[in-house]
Amino acid sequence: MTETQSSPDVLEPAAQVGSDGVALSPGLAGAGPLDAELAYEAGVEIKARSQWAYARMRFLRHKLAVVSLVVLVLIALVAVFAEQLAPYGFDEQNYEIINLSPTFEDKHLFGTDQLGRDYLSRVIFGLRTSLWVAFFVAVISTAIGTVVGSIAGYYGGVVDNLLMRFTDLILVLPLLAVLLAAANFFNKEGSPFKAAILIAILIWVVLARLLRSLFLSLREKEFVEAAKAAGASDFRIIVRHILPNCIGAIVVFMTLIVAGAILLEAALSFLGFGIQPPNAAIGKLISDGQQQGLETWWLVTFPGLVIALVALSINFIGDGLRDALDPTQRRVRA
Amino acid sequence: MLQFVIRRVLYSVVVLVAASFLVFFFVTASGDPLAGLRITPNVSKLTVKNIEERKHLNENVFVRYGYWAKDAVTNNFGTTLLTNEPILPDLWRVMKNTFQLLIAAQLLAVLFGVAIGVYSALRQYSVFDYSATTFSFLGIALPVFWIALMLQVAVVQIYLASGHRLFPVASLNDVDPGSGISFVIDRAHHLALPVLVLTIAGMATYSRYMRASMLEVVNSDYVRTARAKGLRESRVTMKHAFRNALIPIVTLVALDFGALMAGVVVTETVFSLDGMGLYFINALLTNDPYPVMAWLMIVATMVVVFNLVADIAYGLLDPRVRYD
Repeated sequence: MTETQSSPDVLEPAAQVGSDGVALSPGLAGAGPLDAELAYEAGVEIKARSQWAYARMRFLRHKLAVVSLVVLVLIALVAVFAEQLAPYGFDEQNYEIINLSPTFEDKHLFGTDQLGRDYLSRVIFGLRTSLWVAFFVAVISTAIGTVVGSIAGYYGGVVDNLLMRFTDLILVLPLLAVLLAAANFFNKEGSPFKAAILIAILIWVVLARLLRSLFLSLREKEFVEAAKAAGASDFRIIVRHILPNCIGAIVVFMTLIVAGAILLEAALSFLGFGIQPPNAAIGKLISDGQQQGLETWWLVTFPGLVIALVALSINFIGDGLRDALDPTQRRVRA
Repeated sequence: MLQFVIRRVLYSVVVLVAASFLVFFFVTASGDPLAGLRITPNVSKLTVKNIEERKHLNENVFVRYGYWAKDAVTNNFGTTLLTNEPILPDLWRVMKNTFQLLIAAQLLAVLFGVAIGVYSALRQYSVFDYSATTFSFLGIALPVFWIALMLQVAVVQIYLASGHRLFPVASLNDVDPGSGISFVIDRAHHLALPVLVLTIAGMATYSRYMRASMLEVVNSDYVRTARAKGLRESRVTMKHAFRNALIPIVTLVALDFGALMAGVVVTETVFSLDGMGLYFINALLTNDPYPVMAWLMIVATMVVVFNLVADIAYGLLDPRVRYD
């Protein structure tokens, strides 16, 4: 990855000099080294750029993605430091200020509900759970998906067959319905951990299938053959030679998973099958607000806006990452 | 072709049977469906015992699956757990309602999605294109239930401010909807907002795909050839580009059915419509595994059928595709 990005016509003549053992005069060795030497002597620094540097440059050029990244980092920081930053506690009631519409007074920016609980604080605590669940789902499903997808794609055979049959099973059942049923039967207490596990179990197959197809084409490439000829083990070929070529796809997938998991968890909690009190969840806050009647519009509007903002910025980041890491798959972007 | 279809159908049956067992296993293995009934004070032990015997609850999961499968095939998915009422009539009723909602929303979503996508592609980087892209990003990122709630909030706030109730925000009909044309108008009035919600969500996806597909086709060689032959621009766009760009959308719409059901579940819950989504949620809330099973299997069968339709349609529309 840290290899210099000098073009081949700069490197090759120099290599020939070495291998032939014949000292060629600079004039015969081609213009490349000469230019480089001249540049060096002139004191111009030639900077080596890694693939990562190029990726970073491409990402930074995608302004919307950069802005989204900043927004997301800020939101995540607020969520992580919920205890310190939230103006009130999650369950702090105050009967003197029930059903307060949004106001800057006393920091009730998102208003209060019928028990006088500050919705800004409740949303901040809910956000912490949502982001945690999304992060957890992304890590678990990426880990399982990568391992199973790599093995299925590289070896084929039994694992491949099992994976494909299993995904066929999962794909005929509508995801949200299965999640609802599973959550109803396995997660009655509404724990965020279990909700995350259930989502991850159903979602990893998408990545496994994607990686499998990438591996199927990459394993036939010359560099894999070369590695085999050099005596590399299967493990080394998978981890060192093929997987690095799939990083772009994996990272882009992870952003999609994070956004998808946040929306899924919100829908689950909203329907009453996700995360339940005493754990905070934004979806649950929205359904509480709805049950109170829609005259107190702020109780459903603001928590939803926050979820939408998070999902939107993750989508934009994913878009930027796709352009940065996977230039061949560049989505036509306006 | 026929061979392909037959093979796919046979394989799909196997997948459906396997899926039904898997779901049955998890839905039943996870606890006693009568737990709630047992602790209800005015329910006698005999009642509980009768239900246990009727539904063979004391057998192991394989035997119970056998009984369920027999019921599903020979007795229209059997009866509910507690009230022993037949499941299928209820399911037919809610399916009819849901399909009214779904078909209306899908027609609008495809129509507008395709139109917006094509126009965006033809006017790439125009103001219209940028607005359409922003809209579709929003449509994909916003939770569907929240879009539904926001429409309700708007209606309620307008009502509070002006006293006019623009749209009903719950149920499929008024208490007294009348009959004939007035019933249809009343139903349409009630379905307007739910249809709008599903249309927004579908449109966002379809316009995005249509735009990408159209851009790809517009820059292809045969479109250049068509122009080089001196065809009118409208003919190049409509005959040569548009028809080919539609192919991926046709399959996408057919394959999208499972995702569509997710939208239906949340939309029907928010608007309390007596459809499949609300039926499913209520079945879950009563802890009754039998309607849940029936629902999942019917939807899974529809997903399989739509997948097959997508594959066949793809072959019919695109002669380059070969079945093997």
